[in-house]
Amino acid sequence: MYRIFQTLLIALCLFTAIPGGLRAEEGLRDLVNALGEAKLSNMDEHIAALAKTGDAKVVPVLEALGEGMLYARKADNQVFLTKESGSNLTLTDPVTGESAGEAPKAAFSKIKVNNGVRRAVRTALGSLTLLSPDRNQRLKAAQSVLQSPNADALGAIENALAAEKDAEVRALLERARATTLLISDRPVDEKKEAVQVLKQSGGREALSILSTALNSADETLRPDIEAALAGIEQTQALWAAGQNVWYGLSLGSVLLLAAIGLAITFGVMGIINMAHGEMVMLGAYTTFMVQEILRNSFPGLFDWSLAIALPLAFLVTGAVGMAMERGVIRFLYGRPLETLLATWGISLILQQSVRSIFGPTNREVGNPSWMSGAFELGGLTITWNRLWIILFALAVFAALLFLLKKTPMGLQMRAVTQNRRMASSMGIRTPWVDALTFALGSGIAGMAGVALSQIDNVSPNLGQGYIIDSFMVVVFGGVGNLWGTLVGAFSLGILNKFLEPYAGAVLGKILVLVLIILFIQKRPRGLFALKGRAVEA
Amino acid sequence: MITSFLIRSLDRTIVIAVAILLALAVLVPALNLLTSADHPLHVPTYLVSLFGKYLTYALLALALDLVWGFCGILSLGHAAFFALGGYAMGMYLMRQIGARGSYGNPLLPDFMVFLNWKELPWFWYGFDMFWFAALMVIVVPGLIAFVFGWFAFRSRVNGVYLSIITQAMTYALLLAFFRNDMGFGGNNGLTDFKDILGFNIQADGTRGALFAASALALAASLVITSGIVRSKFGKVLVALRDAESRTRFLGYRVEHMKLFAFTVSAMMAGVAGALYVPQVGIINPGEFEPGNSIEVVIWTAVGGRGTLVGPIIGAILVNGGKSIFTAAFPEFWLFALGGLFVLVTLFLPKGVVGTALQYVSRRRAYREARNHKDAGLPAAEPLAAE
Amino acid sequence: MTYRARVTGAFLAAVLSTTAFNGAFAADDTIKVGILHSLSGTMAISETTLKDAMLMLIDEQNKKGGLLGKKLEAVVVDPASDWPLFAEKARELVSVDKVSAVFGCWTSVSRKSVLPVFEELNSILFYPVQYEGEESQRNVFYTGAAPNQQAIPAVDYLMENEEVERWVLAGTDYVYPRTTNKILEAYLIAKGVKPEDIMINYTPFGHSDWQTIVSDIKKFGSAGKKTAVVSTINGDANVPFYKELGNQGIKAEDIPVVAFSVGEEELAGLDTGPLVGHLAAWNYFQSVDNPANAEFIKTWKAYTKNDKRVTNDPMEAHYIGFNMWLKAVEKAGTTDTDAVLDAMIGVSVPNLSGGYSTMMPNHHITKPVLIGEIQGDGQFETVWETPGLVVGDEWSDYLPDSKDLISDWRAPMSCGNFNVATGKCGGKGS
Repeated sequence: MYRIFQTLLIALCLFTAIPGGLRAEEGLRDLVNALGEAKLSNMDEHIAALAKTGDAKVVPVLEALGEGMLYARKADNQVFLTKESGSNLTLTDPVTGESAGEAPKAAFSKIKVNNGVRRAVRTALGSLTLLSPDRNQRLKAAQSVLQSPNADALGAIENALAAEKDAEVRALLERARATTLLISDRPVDEKKEAVQVLKQSGGREALSILSTALNSADETLRPDIEAALAGIEQTQALWAAGQNVWYGLSLGSVLLLAAIGLAITFGVMGIINMAHGEMVMLGAYTTFMVQEILRNSFPGLFDWSLAIALPLAFLVTGAVGMAMERGVIRFLYGRPLETLLATWGISLILQQSVRSIFGPTNREVGNPSWMSGAFELGGLTITWNRLWIILFALAVFAALLFLLKKTPMGLQMRAVTQNRRMASSMGIRTPWVDALTFALGSGIAGMAGVALSQIDNVSPNLGQGYIIDSFMVVVFGGVGNLWGTLVGAFSLGILNKFLEPYAGAVLGKILVLVLIILFIQKRPRGLFALKGRAVEA
Repeated sequence: MITSFLIRSLDRTIVIAVAILLALAVLVPALNLLTSADHPLHVPTYLVSLFGKYLTYALLALALDLVWGFCGILSLGHAAFFALGGYAMGMYLMRQIGARGSYGNPLLPDFMVFLNWKELPWFWYGFDMFWFAALMVIVVPGLIAFVFGWFAFRSRVNGVYLSIITQAMTYALLLAFFRNDMGFGGNNGLTDFKDILGFNIQADGTRGALFAASALALAASLVITSGIVRSKFGKVLVALRDAESRTRFLGYRVEHMKLFAFTVSAMMAGVAGALYVPQVGIINPGEFEPGNSIEVVIWTAVGGRGTLVGPIIGAILVNGGKSIFTAAFPEFWLFALGGLFVLVTLFLPKGVVGTALQYVSRRRAYREARNHKDAGLPAAEPLAAE
Repeated sequence: MTYRARVTGAFLAAVLSTTAFNGAFAADDTIKVGILHSLSGTMAISETTLKDAMLMLIDEQNKKGGLLGKKLEAVVVDPASDWPLFAEKARELVSVDKVSAVFGCWTSVSRKSVLPVFEELNSILFYPVQYEGEESQRNVFYTGAAPNQQAIPAVDYLMENEEVERWVLAGTDYVYPRTTNKILEAYLIAKGVKPEDIMINYTPFGHSDWQTIVSDIKKFGSAGKKTAVVSTINGDANVPFYKELGNQGIKAEDIPVVAFSVGEEELAGLDTGPLVGHLAAWNYFQSVDNPANAEFIKTWKAYTKNDKRVTNDPMEAHYIGFNMWLKAVEKAGTTDTDAVLDAMIGVSVPNLSGGYSTMMPNHHITKPVLIGEIQGDGQFETVWETPGLVVGDEWSDYLPDSKDLISDWRAPMSCGNFNVATGKCGGKGS
């Protein structure tokens, strides 16, 4: 029964709709096909024409255009939405939305886009989707009208604002309305209100919008905007100090991660481990391998790649560390300076091996979605990857501290490094403990590599960039003291970031180094010096 | 007094080494200049400057041996003094170019012209005179070492802490010299030298002379260090290396002695750098690279720390190896070099020369013991030499 | 025999053999070509690819029958990103291995380091990388871009098409960015940009913490005028820079970044998703659509046995340089340096962007300039290109001390720094 009714209804619709609908469809098709012949320079007119139809079918077309997925068939200039599949394109008809089969790529030419086109697409899409039933789509639309305001869209924004229920979208729309209002030809009183709205929202964005408005504002509006600008700038300056602390913490966490493995191998065991940086590098390459396998075989698991890479990196670098200790370093205990030579040699070998296996160029390590982007906290911009890295560094530190202080394994490690002979006579298998300690330090360096792969190059030179800084941190904090490494890393990070705006990146770094040298004169054994007999040993 | 100082410094190994160096100083330039290219004994110009470069490296290693081998100061920043000496010489060579640069500016070096500098920075004055530059080659590294050492030794910074802050020093200098605003040519450094003391720097004769100068400087430094080491002062140096606190308690001003050795060593490194620059034709901040300083330590260790002759041989061996491997196995030479370091530390802890000396003395003791036995005398402890 | 003895033995043997080699028994049946690119150290990341490209080109040429009836033989050495070692290895290639020409160097300092060697030993160097200009040497052919073949067209493009009014010139602190930015600054001011609308920032090599600088750029860009970043940031530092840009949400539609040192090879280490629309100016992109380029890419992928390997601008520069050298040698009928130097000028060979490149009397070549936008797949899409070819300008017209200088290595003048104001060779001459 239901089925019959449905068929009837469809038939009815078709019957009544065809003539008008067809005409509209043909008009749309012409507009879409015109995109294929447009030049980059007049593309925005075509986009505006499409947007003016107000047809919902335009949305996927414009989206595809912005992403560069719109192709024109060379034979008849028909434009299609496409998806790549090997050397073929899967085609979708832009007007009917029906699949149009597959065809070889060579028969099509891509419709070129540049930043100007993308901007036009963003503007057009913004006003088209303001009334979309999907909340996220509306949010995106509100963002785009805010980013590329267009005086014509003011009416649409006000309509949307009247209908909007969601608080977040509303707030955005309010700002978008104010922004658009400023460039429209509305009366000055309304503009003054708009300035107040923007002033309240604050932030860099408002600063940018208001400065733009200032350039074209008339005399009556000018003082208002200037006052608003001054107000925002003042709050910005306050936040800037906070932002610097944040940058410092984030740099500190990177230093901490790089140094913490060294705090074990160098700080606790006394091995001048020049191959430490290469352990970090191996960790980063493990991440690359994991991502490579996931990308090819299990693309759905990509967001888990770091979680999978962490234990693997620990195991891989731990194993390499263990091999180093058993193969070379164990013959050198009591000759700390010679460990420097041997580990330097090993670091050359490891670098060159990685270069031979993976090639000398950078490898791509992607950010999982939860590590991309940023959010605003008051006036601070906090990027997700930095936040996670700070948390991760602290977690590693806490775990390591727990391991050393609260487990029998840690007790043995400390015993062996403090007094090897005594430990040995108490029945501790010192060679085994040595190997494990070194493997632990290396493994942690490997885990640091997983984190650093998110913000730095993954290349055979990765480790070289961190080795000197790591030594500085450990020595500055005090050899043999984990807390020293923690405090050292964060204070060097923050110091660096406070010097950078005044002295520039290079001079800032030089100043930090000079300060370290002077500091060591004052406290020759670092921030947290070991006391007692351990010092002379 | 000076004669006695000299005589004391000459034990057999040193005498042989000095003799070889003197012979080289004469023979190599002579064979290069006086024989024709197809003569079997001809030394091509390419090898003259190559070996000249090795000799300056050897001098640098010798300087490090004085502080590391005899004073226990592991400097991971010695290449900085080398580079400072090199820069002083480079500035002289730059000023010698005069109006022959690309822009024909009689006063300003090219890199200043195209970065729009209008006048010569104050610290470039005086470098147009050789004597002043030569003085600076010694004074600048010496002064920096003195100030650095004065602070560090007075505060009793030692061991790895000292090593790491010397590394911080060279790293800070590296960054500073990279800055174009410093007025030392930034990353490109100083290049395109034309002549030295009026002689064309590319002429075979000049190269020969530079080689001879390097050999002579090395020989002289060898005599001086050997003199220092064998003097009473040198014995105390070794004492403070092995037990610093004890030496201090015996009433020696340990920090002064360290400071002296450190400063002398830095000056020697400066001389090495000054001889190095005209032979390779470029000085740039890359020389301050902390890795370079570590390499110097490695040359010294490979040759044999605390043997004076060892570091010279180590420097020549490692760099010779590098020259050959980078051409013969360009893709794999790092394996060879890295492997060499690991193997030397594992199997030749005293370095090449140290092990050889040990072997010789052991043989001698053994032979003596056998002679004694043959003569029916009680055998001497064969390992007593250690 | 101890280990030591073996090492010294090997060393002595090697030294002796190099000495013996020097007795000028250069084999007559091959023509040797030197390849002087770092295979280890910091520059290996960029230079190794060029070594492979050269080996491929030589291989291909040998398949076509070599040169002058002889096979070509590549001599590869590793100068290990160590600048004095570059000079030593250059000397070794020319005087020990007797190579006919050398293809090599990447950084300016490595070129500066080997210049005196090529001058002294009178040999030929092909230098394939974009550089700061301000140089023209008798023995060097510059096949990369001079600033007017890269930087100035890029700025023009941004001014005209994106209506940029505020400029951030961000670079690594070394000669190329310093000079390029000096030129650009003079150019922008000549075009009417106010000095307060130009921000210049330098960072050290391998700078990895870009948080402060990227946020400064954001701040500079929020002054109400369209802002763009002109980046001369060097190789290694780019990946963290772009990652930070992406994370702090700087979109190309708002603040575009145009780079002169970022090519396909550098992008291979990045997820380019968040970077779509940022720009680069080069003389060649892998995405350029023409048969010669398609053939080149195919050969390259087959040669490296890796379907993901990309091509880039310096590789094209070597391709052009190598073909020019082949043609010049054929023209001269010998590999003798002086004859080849004469024959080189005026030689014209196809480039990979669909036209011909000619060697000019100033030892620089003519090239088209392409502006490309980064795509999601790590490639560039050309959005603009110069209508014709641009001649490399060795002495910039925008620097006060070099605007009167020209270079012409043809017979009567034969001068690298001829001053048109004084009519004398040798710079300013005052």
